[in-house]
Amino acid sequence: MADAPLLQMRGIDKSFAGVPALTGVDLSVPAGEVRALIGQNGAGKSTLIKVLTGVHRRDAGQVELDGRPVDFGSVHEAQRAGVATIYQEVNLVPYRSLAENVCIGRAPRRFGLLDWRAINAEARERLAALDVHVDVTRPLHEFPIATQQMTAIARALSFDARLVVMDEPTSSLAEHEVGVLLDVVRRLRDSGVAVVFVSHRLDELYAVCDTITVLRDGRCVADAPLAELSKYEVVSAMLGRALTESERRGRHVGAARAAGAPTVLEARDLHRPPALNGSSVSVRRGEVVGLAGLLGSGRSETARALFGADPVTGGEMRLAGEPVAFSSPRDAIRAGLGFNSEDRKADGIVPDLSVRENLTLALLPRLTRRGVVDRGRQQEIVDRFVARLGIRMASPDQPVRELSGGNQQKVLLARWLCTDPRLLILDEPTRGIDVGAKQEIAELVDELADDGLSVLLVSSELEELINGCDRVVVLRDGETVRELAGADISEDAIVQAMAEGSAGAGEHGDA
Amino acid sequence: MPETVSDPAATRSPESAAAATGRRGAVWAARAQRYGAGVLLVLLFAYNALATPNFLTVQTLLDVQLRQAAPVAIVALGMALVIATGGIDLSVGSVMAIAGQVGALTLLAGVGPVAAVALALLAAAACGVFNGSLVVRYGVQPIVATLILFIAGRGIAQLLSGGRLTGFRDPAFQFLGLGRVAGVPMPVVLMVVLAAVLWFVVRYTAYGRTLLATGGNPRAARLSGVRVGRVTMIAYVASAALAGLVGLVVIGITSASDANNVGLGLELDAIAAVAVSGTPLTGGRISVIGTLVGAVVLRLLQNTLIAQGVPREVAQIVTGVVIVIALFLQRRSR
Repeated sequence: MADAPLLQMRGIDKSFAGVPALTGVDLSVPAGEVRALIGQNGAGKSTLIKVLTGVHRRDAGQVELDGRPVDFGSVHEAQRAGVATIYQEVNLVPYRSLAENVCIGRAPRRFGLLDWRAINAEARERLAALDVHVDVTRPLHEFPIATQQMTAIARALSFDARLVVMDEPTSSLAEHEVGVLLDVVRRLRDSGVAVVFVSHRLDELYAVCDTITVLRDGRCVADAPLAELSKYEVVSAMLGRALTESERRGRHVGAARAAGAPTVLEARDLHRPPALNGSSVSVRRGEVVGLAGLLGSGRSETARALFGADPVTGGEMRLAGEPVAFSSPRDAIRAGLGFNSEDRKADGIVPDLSVRENLTLALLPRLTRRGVVDRGRQQEIVDRFVARLGIRMASPDQPVRELSGGNQQKVLLARWLCTDPRLLILDEPTRGIDVGAKQEIAELVDELADDGLSVLLVSSELEELINGCDRVVVLRDGETVRELAGADISEDAIVQAMAEGSAGAGEHGDA
Repeated sequence: MPETVSDPAATRSPESAAAATGRRGAVWAARAQRYGAGVLLVLLFAYNALATPNFLTVQTLLDVQLRQAAPVAIVALGMALVIATGGIDLSVGSVMAIAGQVGALTLLAGVGPVAAVALALLAAAACGVFNGSLVVRYGVQPIVATLILFIAGRGIAQLLSGGRLTGFRDPAFQFLGLGRVAGVPMPVVLMVVLAAVLWFVVRYTAYGRTLLATGGNPRAARLSGVRVGRVTMIAYVASAALAGLVGLVVIGITSASDANNVGLGLELDAIAAVAVSGTPLTGGRISVIGTLVGAVVLRLLQNTLIAQGVPREVAQIVTGVVIVIALFLQRRSR
């Protein structure tokens, strides 16, 4: 295509609180092309997208759409110009119907009134085009995330978008749903829409993208047809260092050591219908135990039950051999547990509070003398963990919402590590963060376990479970169906147990 | 004047962000948001210094301006606490009336001034427990939960009064309203002391941190071991107790409890004071000094307009406009 690209961004600068987030970034996408945008957390992907879609004002540079300079002051303006964005978190109205969510703002009317029949029909049609066949009159929040995502896409397309920006659209989707989404992306491309596709999953990028832009530290470090770059080159460009690919660092040495160690926490037969129907798990001192299972298998529910966040209706728990029953997270924290929840934004950070206060939130009772916070000790702890985890920020007084996802996650990890827990429950600690930060967190968990910390690692990523765990407990329909240790931990074994595991085979041998 | 928002330094970022871009306009917008109420206070002060005879006398400042602002300011401090949890307290005006009536009646019953004050505050605190329980235990939305006592509370006070003005005369009891400490009127003393206490609590205590965490993200706070229910309850009880205290101040000044009028409409003035300080009503933030400045500004604004012969109705409209401007500045710097 010899025409000017549909989207042309040149020399974009943007900084926050004096810290540059983008420096001279270029991005161009012709119509009918899918461009991958990739980079570590904090590399500037989200900022670039927000500059494009009118959320942030750029400090310098030009944006041209169809050869005409544009300067969107709001998402709405961008939308009207044909730029639609699908964000990482679904940005719709949970209590309204699918149909309303698809048609909001430009609903068909008759005699000045909303024409419900037309609205529902249109929504049904648009969703059917994406291979989603559901009752569009039911409220959005009743549907799985995948359907919500498709609704967001249907909505974007209903604006006759010429440029669709997808910011990690697949991060909360199951495998077959990802396939459907990628098909949709291809269909968009074939119909002449330009797509900017952000994802951390390289396979997806290679499956659907034509060209790639790699950002690092707010600068553009690669811009090429994807076919010309190998995965290894992409990752290297992203990290800015050579990566020892496929380095399998199992923890089987640690496993041998942990085998004789005392059991820290043991839970048997936890019930909380409908999610939990007999889940059991035990963790020894210095052991990393993985909790695997498909979506809805009760992984997170087990973690929350252990931590006292949700009450159980049956089952028993022992901490260092003593029966315990936590009625609140506060009890669990007192007993030496920590729980890093899956949803960083909803259950983790307090956005307006500073890094300092977020980091020490769980430690407050112990940082306090007669109700007054010991600021000296607080600062000391913050300094120590910021350095230990390499948290990137302008200052400890910066509101945590301004940090990148990976750095927020590190702050949350530090929140628990500074309480010096006996058992740390990590629910999807690497979700939505880049390869580099992922690696750092995996290494950190490894080190901590070597120092005697017990870790329960809830994860949907097989690789993380296989490389990082001494044992893996597999859940299915809220029930523990399999326990794998040492050399038995393999992708095949886990997948088989998740898919069809029976409680009979290889049940928790030790504990 | 240092503002105490969610975190002393956390709020500095919009300003420093703007400063980094080097655009003067943005810097001024950020400043206007942070110090908007303060700037207004200075302007009003300067104007009055020139235009109002005798304004710059200790007597006018302490006995008129600050003393008149004190009741709203003290109630607004409690309101700021509740707002920081993400709630709101509409019942404060009615709680003032209840506390005033209980104080007057128990005083007349001969329990002595100290016991009368204690009983009145206890009655107010009980109202706070009622509000807090509805919100914490039964999950009632704060605006609805406190609406109950907003309506019923005044009825209770009126029932207690039997529909009559309850007059009394007791210098010790009325010290809260009429007394002076080192020449400073007691309401002003209370306002300053309570603001100082609250400022300390917000800035230096674990309660202050857990309060902001509760308002900022209750789910995350709970998972971090914060007793969210207790923190919220304390805010409602504190708000009601402060309102009760102000009820006693007000009846102390007038030597009579008027259940129909004590605290009437004060809840909205208090909310306005918090809003003018640039504190969003969504919770997770608090600005003690800003709230104080907000209350004083609103009072001074009204007094200034009325002193200039502007009709009360117009003065109210101007107050509304000022609130709109404050909120606009807040939006702009987002």
